[in-house]
Amino acid sequence: MKFIDEYRDARAARRLAGAIARATTRPWTIMEVCGGQTHAIVKFGIDELLPDLITLVHGPGCPVCVTPVELIDKAVEIAAAPGVIFCSFGDMLRVPGTKGDLLSAKARGADVRVVYSPLDALALARTHPDYQVVFFAVGFETTAPANALAVHQAHRQGIANFSLLVSHVLVPPAMEAILASPHNRVQGFLAAGHVCTVMGYQEYAPLAARYRVPIVVTGFEPLDILQGIYLCVRQLEAGQAEVENAYARSVRRGGNREARRLIAEVFQVRPRRWRGIGEIPQSGLELRSDYAGFDAERRFGLADYSVEESSECQSGRVLQGILKPFECPAFGARCTPEHPLGATMVSSEGACAAYYRYRGGGIREAQL
Amino acid sequence: MCLAVPGRIISIADGAGLDRSGRVSFGGVVKEVNLAFVPEAAVGDYVMVHVGFAISRVDEREAEQIFAYLAQMEDLAVPEEPA
Repeated sequence: MKFIDEYRDARAARRLAGAIARATTRPWTIMEVCGGQTHAIVKFGIDELLPDLITLVHGPGCPVCVTPVELIDKAVEIAAAPGVIFCSFGDMLRVPGTKGDLLSAKARGADVRVVYSPLDALALARTHPDYQVVFFAVGFETTAPANALAVHQAHRQGIANFSLLVSHVLVPPAMEAILASPHNRVQGFLAAGHVCTVMGYQEYAPLAARYRVPIVVTGFEPLDILQGIYLCVRQLEAGQAEVENAYARSVRRGGNREARRLIAEVFQVRPRRWRGIGEIPQSGLELRSDYAGFDAERRFGLADYSVEESSECQSGRVLQGILKPFECPAFGARCTPEHPLGATMVSSEGACAAYYRYRGGGIREAQL
Repeated sequence: MCLAVPGRIISIADGAGLDRSGRVSFGGVVKEVNLAFVPEAAVGDYVMVHVGFAISRVDEREAEQIFAYLAQMEDLAVPEEPA
């Protein structure tokens, strides 16, 4: 397919890897923020093309992975209520909460449906006026315009039996939390290309300046990622800390104006808990008061509470780039995609699942 | 989760504003896509599509940059085994 195949050209990839090797004289640790990039890096073996001096660590950009466990519990509780059709992206169904996951709720008789788009859930609300249709609105900035439009449309068209269970998180505050941590080892970032497609990249300039880190807006195909790494290394070697755009075919400096306008109309910023990481100030979205009637937590009268995590799961450290998945003692042994201890082993974009699938987690399991 | 796939707009429906939509071909697989966020996109343009919504129009000129750069590297490269 155009704009995919040509960015997977092996010869061009090797040439870029050669340029990276020639540019690298010192050890550098670079974090790719988005789980989609992590998946591509591990799948295509991009890290194995790089000189040993460069270490890639995997970031928190997996919305499924960072959705707090209490929201999974709330989802299970809402889904089990009579007269509810609970809609979600497929990735969320097997994420474990403290009371099981959505898939087991479905097995017990709850009407849980996998949808491709929030508009599919809205269409179900239209055709099932006697049911409460709830959409699990999980995602980063990339997904926020879609969810904002669904709620806006429900509001405009008076579709009162539709609501969102909102678990929206924002990337720049998470990057700042990583940089501010005493355990931080990240020296440069590949910023998430589709988050920046929506939001632009102006808000990264203060981060780059304050923490002296280069931030390169990067796409998702092998050549995109290699180009992002190359520009990042070139800055690191030159002692620069600028924001650069290596994904200009999709990303404009100011992002997508129409999408940002609708996000601002429907959502407002709030503090959010990130699974495995904890609360990060101003790192989430909630519905504004005009749209609060579409908030599923309010509609179903679910109080705020927090839940303690399984202490064995190290996903919080993985998501902050402190630990590689295979360094976790449970990886591939007590934690597998079939029996995950945490969400990073469930989501197709979770770092643990990517290593398990492409780097022989299964072999290690067989040896143990 | 933030996956977005490039596809080519093959037709645009009557809806305007937030209801603007069209049919987008992903290598021959055609889907209905909301086009509210890409008011500048026309039939024949490529758009990046995420959960049924176009979030950007692909800038074809910018898309060529990396290949121009690679070609430049090729020209500058010293042959490994000089003749």
